[in-house]
Amino acid sequence: MTPTPDPSHEAGSAYDGLLEHHEVAGDDSQWAFGTDFEDPLAGVDTTVPDDVDAAALATYCLMLGDDALVMSHRLSEWTSNAPDLEEDIALANTALDLLGQARLLLARAAAADASVVPALPAGSPVPAEDALAFFREAGAFRNVRLAEVPNGDFAHTMVRLLLFSTARLAVLGRLVDSRDPVLAAIAAKGVKELTYHRDYAGRWFLTLARGTDESHRRLLAALDELWPLYPELLATHPVEAAVAAAGVGVDPASVAAEVDVVLEQVLAVSGVERPDKAALAGVRGRTGRDGLHTESLTRLLAEMQVVARAHPTGLW
Amino acid sequence: MTTTATVAREIAAAVTDPEMPMLTLEDLGVLRDVRADDGAGEQGVVVTITPTYSGCPAMATMRDDLVHRLTDAGFTARVEVSLTPAWSSDWITERGRQALRDHGLSAPGPAPRTGGPVPLTLTPTRRAIDCPRCGSGRVELTSEFGATACKALYRCTACLEPFEHVKEI
Repeated sequence: MTPTPDPSHEAGSAYDGLLEHHEVAGDDSQWAFGTDFEDPLAGVDTTVPDDVDAAALATYCLMLGDDALVMSHRLSEWTSNAPDLEEDIALANTALDLLGQARLLLARAAAADASVVPALPAGSPVPAEDALAFFREAGAFRNVRLAEVPNGDFAHTMVRLLLFSTARLAVLGRLVDSRDPVLAAIAAKGVKELTYHRDYAGRWFLTLARGTDESHRRLLAALDELWPLYPELLATHPVEAAVAAAGVGVDPASVAAEVDVVLEQVLAVSGVERPDKAALAGVRGRTGRDGLHTESLTRLLAEMQVVARAHPTGLW
Repeated sequence: MTTTATVAREIAAAVTDPEMPMLTLEDLGVLRDVRADDGAGEQGVVVTITPTYSGCPAMATMRDDLVHRLTDAGFTARVEVSLTPAWSSDWITERGRQALRDHGLSAPGPAPRTGGPVPLTLTPTRRAIDCPRCGSGRVELTSEFGATACKALYRCTACLEPFEHVKEI
């Protein structure tokens, strides 16, 4: 009979690493995900500047955070489905960056105004950022509709990522001067990431436009389909106007010209005409920023939220 | 005089990155500060770390590893996150760069300057780097994205081996 491997012996079992800290009584954090939640803003001073409306700041953080969360989810749907392994990894990397931005922004929203966080059963260990991501209905999401429409082909994803990251990079580029130090810090990190997201999408836009007849045709079809959602990225919502006036947020209309110059550069190099398409109307003027979405967001959330909602007191 | 924070810093500085274990957190530049935590008794310390990328999934593991090592050494440790200034690959120490090369990874060059409108780059990123295995400069980019957020994939056309390059950010 083989004796039980001695964990303290050099040639011990493969599980030894897990037992390395067994002497730390009651500490289970060596197990995957631990028993404790990671607060992405642990130790960060989240005091809201005196003269800033906390509710407006929180709503603004939800807008930027929901854009990132929903876009991240759509990008992550490519995982194991992309045209090749390198693009699969590229899209997963991009999705992960945006998910990280979303976590910070949702946590910042909750810290600014706890009333935006949905109520959960007493004793639920779900942290605020997760409550915001998994326990809000579609009508409470403030993302632009561009982020939520279903994936099409690869060209569709590259056009969407180009429009999205160009606008977001311009906004975050200004947000680094926010009077809210938390938003300023989140923006400074985000700028570095969006720089290569935009380059990646721009290169593929050019490649597809100048590639084969088929890739050219698909790129134009994707651009035609998504162009009506572009103006919403740069429209001013009253909340954005208010936080911009207070010096904590950015009015997207103020970067519209800068965004358009970048897009024009990509279109010109690619030999692609700007589509002649009107903006997708809202409902009585309400769009994604007001919580008015296409039906695809409800389906996206149903999939994204199902496990968390089935276990509102679950510990992960 | 050896203070609590100095001893704790030495321990924290030796904790390694979970995804690139040849690097200590100090060599990677994510360990920002170790100071006494007055509210947590004589052995109380606060360690400040900063994420490399917004979505870096290794943050929780880094925190747990720091708490373990410091707890083992008799400290009561708390880990805080600092987002600003944002991490830059320029913060990887010379010792860290050597450790990367010793393990077959290509170390980052100087990070691009930040501030002001960011120029669009539609041509592939050009880097003057050498194969960490054979030293040849004949390398080609396979993909700007790799198995972790911080790395790009390259291939050496001299020795034909693929390798990873830690990106400039």
